[in-house]
Amino acid sequence: MNSRVQTVDEGRPDHQTVPASSLPSTLLVAQSRPRTRWNLLLAPTVGIILLLIWEGVAQSGWYASFIVPSPVRVANRWWALAADGSLLRHTAVTLREVLTGMMVGVLAAFWLGYAIAKSRTAAYALTPYLVALQAVPIVAIAPLLIIWFGAGIASKVIICALIVFFPMLVNTVIGIRGIPPELRDLMRSLEANPFQTFWHLELPAAMPVVIGGLKVSATLSVIGAVVGEFVSASAGLGYLVNFGRGTYDTPLVIAAVFTLTALAMTLYGLAAWLEHILLDWHKAIQN
Amino acid sequence: MSDQTILAAEQISHLYPDGIHALDNVTLRLACESFVCLVGPSGCGKSTLLRILAGLLPPGAGHVLLDEQPITQPQRRIGIVFQKANLLPWRTVYGNLSLPLELAGMPVAERDERTLAMLNLINLEEFADTYPASLSGGMAQRIAIGRALIHDPQVLLLDEPFGALDALTREQMSEELLRIWARHRKTVLMVTHSIPEAVLLADRVLVMSPRPGRIVADVEIPLSRPRSLDLLHRPDFVALTERLRHSIRTAH
Repeated sequence: MNSRVQTVDEGRPDHQTVPASSLPSTLLVAQSRPRTRWNLLLAPTVGIILLLIWEGVAQSGWYASFIVPSPVRVANRWWALAADGSLLRHTAVTLREVLTGMMVGVLAAFWLGYAIAKSRTAAYALTPYLVALQAVPIVAIAPLLIIWFGAGIASKVIICALIVFFPMLVNTVIGIRGIPPELRDLMRSLEANPFQTFWHLELPAAMPVVIGGLKVSATLSVIGAVVGEFVSASAGLGYLVNFGRGTYDTPLVIAAVFTLTALAMTLYGLAAWLEHILLDWHKAIQN
Repeated sequence: MSDQTILAAEQISHLYPDGIHALDNVTLRLACESFVCLVGPSGCGKSTLLRILAGLLPPGAGHVLLDEQPITQPQRRIGIVFQKANLLPWRTVYGNLSLPLELAGMPVAERDERTLAMLNLINLEEFADTYPASLSGGMAQRIAIGRALIHDPQVLLLDEPFGALDALTREQMSEELLRIWARHRKTVLMVTHSIPEAVLLADRVLVMSPRPGRIVADVEIPLSRPRSLDLLHRPDFVALTERLRHSIRTAH
């Protein structure tokens, strides 16, 4: 019976596993070899080499300087933006869209995922539509959302919310479904009321997967904001990229892209930090 | 030991939806403060009976009486220990022990006092702040027993609590349970696979038949208390285990 509903209705995997969605950079490095001082120097060295190649290409004269600006010009442009306060202003706009959208999307996905995990009726009724929603290319409906909700923050928040919604939903369903039935028996035998069961069992048990979803959402939400700002906006880092493209101000485009990358990485880092402080117990299980 | 019945199962039968006939007309009465063990072959419905007695599973037929009142839902007055310790991995040892008190809404000061007393009783004071992931199986099960006792239930149900432990730990846990039981005198019903364990612990051993489970023998264990592992080699102990083994073999 279970097999007829797809995706969100999949069985319960071991809730100790971390979703594949979160892939910290350290995972790419074989853990068996000890870190040495040499290894720590490798990444910065590669960075410097890449910068030098970039500088070399810019100075070679193969490309016009407005097509490939040198790193120094990009840095100067970035500094100029920072100095007159416009970088901060645009970053703040994007950050607000990203965070509000994340909050809306994560909360909506959590409660809907909770309902789907707890109620077979909700799972059967909603799953096909949620899968269809995931299949809609956000970029394609962004113009429509701008028409409906205006060129201000509301449309971007909705785009961000939509983009984080599905991974968060799936993670919540997996987290809640993965709770061992014996632990539910335990709560029942202690006469826990529904709120106590949620607070003392369901929420903490789902937390590792939910935070995994939060980490993915952090970077996805930045993409959502940029998509919205590309379509129509008067401020934000995505707007800066678009503006720079229109005026062939490539240093501006690259400076804005670097800032966006830093923003996404910072948000991911915050989610990872949250994981670190909230899930002390979970690390012990994995080791 | 008083003869007053505290927990009674009256003519319990149970048929699972998939057609498995788990229990057939089981009636049992647990006298107040007695220690009763339930033994029988694998899959004879012992765990089903325990779940029904705990109010976790509504019986197909018959009813359960606690203090002469029929029960239809899980009760705080009945403590349960499962085969797996079922500790909450995000709570420390201390937090796991105090969970029943927290759920019952006990004031913090009283909660602390009781939890510390229980940590002392189960000899795990130095592990108060440890998370369950770094505990051994025996330690985890001691906490599970402590958690089931901390809110002072009238009845304690144990579903093969030492089934997942190695033989050595298992023997130690039996003695530990005797010691704890001497301090917290409760009515206990324990499901076990081990005949020596049943004889060592119980006042009475009930033997169940293979599926559908029925109670086919009710053996008094007249050994004096306090008991210890030294009993294991005494002739009267061995004779009792032989008698039980025989009744299990002939149960049908």
